[in-house]
Amino acid sequence: MNGRPNMSAADTSAPQARAARWTPQRVVIVGAGMAGTRLADEIAQRDVGGRVAVTLLGAEPHRPYNRVQLTNVLAGAAAEEDIVLPVPEDEVAVRLGTAVLGIDRERRQVRTADGGGIGYDTLVLATGADPLIPPVGGVRTADGGLRPGVFAFRTLADCRALAAAADAARRVVVVGGGVLGLEAARGLAGRGLDVCVLHMAPWLMEARLDAEGGKILGAAYGDVGIDVRVNATAVEVSGADRADGVILDSGERIPADLVVFACGIRPSTALAADAGLRVERGIVVDDELRTSDPRIHAIGDCAQHPAIAGGLLDSAWEQARVLAERITDPESTALYTGSAEVTRLKAADLDLVAMGEVNPDPDTDDDAASVVFSDARGRTYKKLVLRDERLVGAILLGDDETSGLVTQLFDRGTVAPPDPKVLLFRGLRQGTDDSGPDLREDATVCRCNGVTREDIVREFAAGARTVEALRDRLRSGTGCGTCRGRVAALIADLPADMPAA
Amino acid sequence: MPLKVVEEATAGVPTHCPYCALQCAMTLRPRPGGGADVEPRDFPVNGGGLCRKGWTAAELLSSPDRLTTPLMRRTRTAPLEPVSWDAALDRIAAELRRIQDAHGRDAVAVFGGGGLTNEKAYLLGKFARVALGTANIDYNGRFCMSSAAAAANAAFGVDRGLPFPVTDIASAGAVLLVGANVAETMPPFVRHLPGAGDDRGLIVVDPRRSQTARDADLHLQVTPGTDLALANGLLHIAIAEGLIDTDYIAARTTGFDEVRRNVSAYWPERVERITGVPVSEQRAAVRMLAAGRANGGAMVLTARGAEQHSKGVDTVRAFINLALALGLPGRPGSGFGSITGQGNGQGGREHGQKADQLPGYRRIDDPDARAHVAGVWGVDPDVLPGPGRSAQELIESLGTPDGPKAMFVAGSNIAVSAPQAGLAERRLAALDFLAVSDLVLSETAKLADVVLPAAQWAEEEGTMTNLEGRVLRRRRAVAPPPGVRTDLEILAALAARLGRPDGFEADPAAVFAELRRASAGGPADYSGITTDALDSGAAVYWPHPGEHGTPRLFADRFPTADGRARFAAVRHRPPAESIDADFPLQLITGRVLAQYQSGSQTRRIHALREAEPGAFVELHPQLAERLGFADGQEIRVVSRRGTARAVVRLSDEIRLDTVFMPFHWPGDQRVNLVTNPALDPVSRMPEFKVCAVRLEPPLAVADRLHPSAA
Repeated sequence: MNGRPNMSAADTSAPQARAARWTPQRVVIVGAGMAGTRLADEIAQRDVGGRVAVTLLGAEPHRPYNRVQLTNVLAGAAAEEDIVLPVPEDEVAVRLGTAVLGIDRERRQVRTADGGGIGYDTLVLATGADPLIPPVGGVRTADGGLRPGVFAFRTLADCRALAAAADAARRVVVVGGGVLGLEAARGLAGRGLDVCVLHMAPWLMEARLDAEGGKILGAAYGDVGIDVRVNATAVEVSGADRADGVILDSGERIPADLVVFACGIRPSTALAADAGLRVERGIVVDDELRTSDPRIHAIGDCAQHPAIAGGLLDSAWEQARVLAERITDPESTALYTGSAEVTRLKAADLDLVAMGEVNPDPDTDDDAASVVFSDARGRTYKKLVLRDERLVGAILLGDDETSGLVTQLFDRGTVAPPDPKVLLFRGLRQGTDDSGPDLREDATVCRCNGVTREDIVREFAAGARTVEALRDRLRSGTGCGTCRGRVAALIADLPADMPAA
Repeated sequence: MPLKVVEEATAGVPTHCPYCALQCAMTLRPRPGGGADVEPRDFPVNGGGLCRKGWTAAELLSSPDRLTTPLMRRTRTAPLEPVSWDAALDRIAAELRRIQDAHGRDAVAVFGGGGLTNEKAYLLGKFARVALGTANIDYNGRFCMSSAAAAANAAFGVDRGLPFPVTDIASAGAVLLVGANVAETMPPFVRHLPGAGDDRGLIVVDPRRSQTARDADLHLQVTPGTDLALANGLLHIAIAEGLIDTDYIAARTTGFDEVRRNVSAYWPERVERITGVPVSEQRAAVRMLAAGRANGGAMVLTARGAEQHSKGVDTVRAFINLALALGLPGRPGSGFGSITGQGNGQGGREHGQKADQLPGYRRIDDPDARAHVAGVWGVDPDVLPGPGRSAQELIESLGTPDGPKAMFVAGSNIAVSAPQAGLAERRLAALDFLAVSDLVLSETAKLADVVLPAAQWAEEEGTMTNLEGRVLRRRRAVAPPPGVRTDLEILAALAARLGRPDGFEADPAAVFAELRRASAGGPADYSGITTDALDSGAAVYWPHPGEHGTPRLFADRFPTADGRARFAAVRHRPPAESIDADFPLQLITGRVLAQYQSGSQTRRIHALREAEPGAFVELHPQLAERLGFADGQEIRVVSRRGTARAVVRLSDEIRLDTVFMPFHWPGDQRVNLVTNPALDPVSRMPEFKVCAVRLEPPLAVADRLHPSAA
């Protein structure tokens, strides 16, 4: 239990190795959210010999849960029980309700709220992020807490509180028209509340959509009864004890029983900063996901990697995979160099997926080619952005028929098809359809027995005037049997007095 | 010993098709000058239908390619020359004996096939264990049903492909068909599926919009190698939408809680990204299954498309999870099944030609099973070998220092059908001695030192077990050509030469009687199946320990220790080989309507050869345009393992990132030169169904384009 590094032969023989690589015996993960839990799981999947002792520390008292699906719980589309994340409990020591107060880098220990110390060989910070609540008047009480009727929406506790309050409420204002705000708004509207979404930017999800797409999305939200206000800044939450409305910069007051803030997140960096690690917006990490202390790593929303904007699950899980590989395999050369970031809105009756670069400037950017289909009336907007024959961004709003196809093309970075229309509409096919009425002469009617239209016309002319007679001569319809209707339709159109060919 | 021959009268002989596991019923009318005429016969599985393979099956009886004399080469480099049966059999026995004396008993291997009758499969297993005493016997069913079999055994306690009669499918309100193109591979099966104009729903999961998918109400065009994620995602939705059967789960299963937590990580939007299947279609599929369940029943059926992967067992488990959570197995009109492929793919995996198995679907490492079977065979249980190498591992070990030095092959054409076939060919060539029994000079037979001409299908008697676990009579309609012997006669003659004159009957009825005794008390219990019942055409389903068989399994309990079915928390993982810049396309493999398996039978039938003359590669017109290939052009399909030659066939029914190639042709048209031998850790099934490739112009053109590379 002295944590002595287990030097690997391969690495000691490598003269240029920056730091000796070894398999840590004790890995402590701070944070049992999406990133930390995933890392514990990824390590357990790979560490078949059980050499690595993983401790997963969660500040929240609940079993680790799938934060991505909290909006589904709010919407009533998922039960709490169904968003519990799998944790390999045989391989991982899970300590819930255990907040970490500090890191002693000298002694390689974390200090927990219960006064204990937990030693590590490798420490991973997966402390996540806190909701960003703008400094608007009337949001907080004197003691700094949120005022009654005002909610953040980040944790399971937030979700429970909001869901409970929603049962007794009629009107709600959601501040923030990003993904989280829009999903929460849709969920609350689905529960029968009158919902108003306030968004500061000129269009919804302005970081992920272009102006036209954002506008059509707003209209689609209007269709399901949600009042969307763009260019609208909340300046004050009104009310006496409880919040009873939101006052806009225009002076208008929107009455509300509940006010939900979904204005983004701020990486939780206090622990790292207190320990003297390098922190900017988040905890700074390199391609090996190391902080400024090589024994301490950071992944997920708390980490700041140059290649990503952060806040999306894709990057957190990819980081967990890379780090798990490096922790369990001293020979691993896995690096984290960024993730393809895809936003998929989870909102009933609204299909939206957006990815990558969606707003190239056509005047200055000659390399980007955009393909746009816009049907504002039909609430459909589809846009592809291509560079060098590769898809670098897309918006698909209104249906999801090609969303899987397009997302995978974006994820894989493979060359796009020459005609981008096939990426916008699934129904477009170039081949012949052999079920239509105007068959070519050599078109196959009965596949199982290779009978063509020509064969049928010939035998019909020769006297086989019924499906049965044709079957006896040609074997048509004797395999799967599905062509019998086509044969019947075909001979019904042939002239009864057809002369023999 | 005279063969028991059913009438060879002009009235015709009622038998079944030689090809797939559907075993369509047909009547053969021998022609005076040789050969026979085929007529479809009314029977539950085919309803009087046949596909063109069945219609033309009798042509092979009089094929000029038939072998009618044993062939032998004096040295490894000498040509194959006709010899007498005695010379051929003596040589085989002498070589096998010599090699075993020098290198031990396991130095001789036996390789069987899923097309062999129950009697042949049984006797081949006995031949390996008793006459040769080798552990090394396996068969091509390892390339076919092993993933489904392992999953069903683990989940249900028994593996019968369809645990209900195939006609039950017709009463299901919804069917989810995963990785099965039955409209081409077994057309009369389609008669049982929901079709156009009825109120039932058919959902097909396939990377291609196959003929079957085109006839479906919903086609989920999944990314190759991601079926497992899709299954987990469908279960996620079923849970979220309150469509699972909690009473059934509580009463009849174990392990759901862990599965529930596991699938929480497979929410629809994530699954869309992994599988490419839109969220709306995932939801529609689950709702269709739930609606079907209330309208007669719902069924989940998998086949090779989902199973022939390095995670095939887990993929089948994931679909079983879905079926269990929906409360389907054991309910009338509902259930889970796997569609067996080869003619006797079911019976062939029950009677002991599998490396880890003894007759009656017993495990060879189970002391009670060994004692029982040894008793029937009249040997000491201790002389029975233990588990041997699985097919692919066996092939890879041939001619290596630790591997077998000789092999006897019956009913299999591994030079075409094994993954990374180039390697299989090299391993076969590295053997000191190879003997092959076949009806034609197959690609594998061409590599042999001794080739034995075997009787086929309509020339011999026996039993087959079809995809629903129903035991059927295969009858002799015509006499084999002069000079040809049955596999049973061959095994009996070889056993006698190896010092086992007794216990190897050449009479199929006698072998079946022994098989019944050997299977008694095993999972696949045939002990109560009488020849009279089979001859009468009675519907006989195993297990059949006494007077009654079992058409439907699982009505009251599952044959597990506690009577409950088992959930298993299984996770998606990528295929063993992912696409990259050098090999940017996914290759999938499969079959076409007019050919069967390695093609050694169907390529010799005129109408089928004309319909599908050679290997093709199906690709999307947009992909072809980008690569500069035209329809009908010959190109090369290249992977890390090899190159196959194929003609471009354009189709916008396939994904833009995927190409399809069927596996029926030999030589440089073998898609298995390209496929990946990565194995499933449990079933040892190779990953036939997905690997990374690139497409290249034919060499001559490439040389012109890149003269420096020449």
